Amino acid sequence: MLQFIIRRSLVALVTIWIISIVSFAIIQLPPGDFLTTYAANLAAMGERVPEQQLAAMRERYGLGQPIVVQYLKWMRGVLQGDFGRSLEWGVPVSTMLWDRMGLTVLVGLSSVLFVWSFAIPIGVYSAIRQYSLGDYFFTFIGLLGLATPNFLLALVLMWIGFAWFGQNVGGLFSPEYSNAPWSVGKVIDLLKHLWIPMLIVGTSGAAGLIRTMRANMLDEINQPYVETARAKGLSERRLIWKYPVRVALNPFISTVGYALPDLVGGVLITAVVLNLPTVGPLLVRSLLSQDMFMAGAIVLIISVLTVIGTLLSDILLAVFDPRIRLE
Amino acid sequence: MGASEKQGSLTSASPGVAEPEPMVADAAEEWIAVASPGQLMWWKFRRHRMAVVSAAVLAVFYFVALFAEFFSPYDPNAFDAKYKFVPPMQISFINGEGNFTFRPGVYGLISHRDPETLRITYETDKTAWYPIHFFVRERPYKLFGLFETDIHLYGLGEEAGDLKIFVLGSDRLGRDMASRVIYGARISLSIGMVSVFLSLTLGVVLGGISGYYGGWIDNLIQRVIEFIRSVPTLPLWMALSAALPNTWSQTQRYFGITVILSVIGWTVLARQVRGRFLALRTEDFVLAARLNGASDLRIILRHMVPSFTSHIIASLTLSIPGIILTETGLSFLGLGLRPPTVSWGVLLQEAQNIRTVALAPWLLLPGLAVVISVLAFNFVGDGLRDAADPFNR
Repeated sequence: MLQFIIRRSLVALVTIWIISIVSFAIIQLPPGDFLTTYAANLAAMGERVPEQQLAAMRERYGLGQPIVVQYLKWMRGVLQGDFGRSLEWGVPVSTMLWDRMGLTVLVGLSSVLFVWSFAIPIGVYSAIRQYSLGDYFFTFIGLLGLATPNFLLALVLMWIGFAWFGQNVGGLFSPEYSNAPWSVGKVIDLLKHLWIPMLIVGTSGAAGLIRTMRANMLDEINQPYVETARAKGLSERRLIWKYPVRVALNPFISTVGYALPDLVGGVLITAVVLNLPTVGPLLVRSLLSQDMFMAGAIVLIISVLTVIGTLLSDILLAVFDPRIRLE
Repeated sequence: MGASEKQGSLTSASPGVAEPEPMVADAAEEWIAVASPGQLMWWKFRRHRMAVVSAAVLAVFYFVALFAEFFSPYDPNAFDAKYKFVPPMQISFINGEGNFTFRPGVYGLISHRDPETLRITYETDKTAWYPIHFFVRERPYKLFGLFETDIHLYGLGEEAGDLKIFVLGSDRLGRDMASRVIYGARISLSIGMVSVFLSLTLGVVLGGISGYYGGWIDNLIQRVIEFIRSVPTLPLWMALSAALPNTWSQTQRYFGITVILSVIGWTVLARQVRGRFLALRTEDFVLAARLNGASDLRIILRHMVPSFTSHIIASLTLSIPGIILTETGLSFLGLGLRPPTVSWGVLLQEAQNIRTVALAPWLLLPGLAVVISVLAFNFVGDGLRDAADPFNR
């Protein structure tokens, strides 16, 4: 077990290292070096950057030095929590990110939980009542969820909320709480708003998982061991949840690893439409205005978090299923 | 010479193994029906009713997209300040005098300006009725850039004056949504095809190398695939497309986005191809071909690839929806295609804020087109996947 965890962690570390290179490449993507852009931006607003400060920044980011040196300098900063300066906002990236990152993780996690708690029972139901009305209904809903882009679903929901209930369903907080410090009231307010992005991201995420779960269950449900259990006189309910569901869950947990990256993408786009105070809108904005330190940092953190999530689900899988550890 | 003979007998033997029962039943007892694998696939595919319907829907979509100039009444970028946010027009068979006619037509519009908000609202004028003309001759265009013609499927005749027909409403600049959705289909549906073709090339080459040779190169390619699949790709593609130079022309941008999109698709295909190669590598017919001295390339192209093309076609079809959805998403965020290019994603960008959507919900209609085509591709892909292995079950 320990060996398995160590091996998986090493793979994750290598992945994270490659991610850091990719993120650095993203920062380098726009033509010209960012300092010139930065100075030009400030000059456009009528501010002058002292030559001294420019020189300090040039030294700080190793501009003009070989690309490897630039990468190492950037990485050293990142490890110390310094992601560079946002060119658009003129403040360190990290100060803007942490708040939003927390809420992003919250929305992502709650969507994952939502997806799991719905996809598993529905998948099981669809399998044991194959071709029933309910099965067709969930298959249809699932397919529709799969075919509808997240942002479209968000738009339609907002429109319904706006046109028929006269409510603005966007955001994560009511106006009176958005800038208030954390309090019980703010948490309750957050929970009131959270279900909408959860639902939107969840439906498309759940669709694929329901299908996986259903297919896995169908493979298991006619196995001899199920028959044996039934012959022993076990009640149908216990039988289903105790044997085939457990077996069917295994491939399911491993798909969750691959589902996570998609889910994160869904959260990003939905957040833009719903105008959530998460990193999604920030990422789009920074990309559109070529605020590359911001974009690179967001890509880096989001990807690393996803890799860690996948690692955790892998370890979880190994705990559940001893066969995995021997691989 | 000997090798090719053996091959011939092998391939002709395989359809005979699984005789199609349904067809033999109504034939004469002595007559033995021989169905080619293609026929078997078609029979199997036909049984999946949703897939057949979806295939028909897609055929219509692509047909309309191909002849967009003919099917759309107006130029997609022609604006008209007089008709901003006109709701979809009701098509009516009751003419201005209140009598029933067999010709469909539309009523005239009376515009009001709200004195406070200055917003223009439209009211239908039931006394003015204008018949829809079919195959009208106006606005000459060049079909495929070759044939000069001026026929459009429908439009309002000259008696309508400067009234325009907006079957799906108009947007904030008074552009006809119907024409825009039709032209958008051309971009959105073709981008799926083109990038799936690119990712197919990547997938078959890399997956083939991976599955056929195995060893360290397999290991390397598999690790790359795992890496791509374990990070959230959306932010990466967003960053890549944001980095496409702003100076690029519409066409350059289109191909840039296509390349970026196909980098998403190839991993799934490569996995599939590799799996097939691994499964087939140990099959007897591959061994037979190898013993006959066939070269690697010949074994791959003549013996292995034909036996899984149908699977590949099925998974190709299943990966088009993902590409269409990603393009729509990217363009919606302003990071994919950009106006004046018209794609469904670009059109949905117009519906980005809730105020506009509340005012003009018909701007969401391109989304419906996206949902329908993605659903249809999924169904057709499902049907093809079932049909790909006609000897199964």
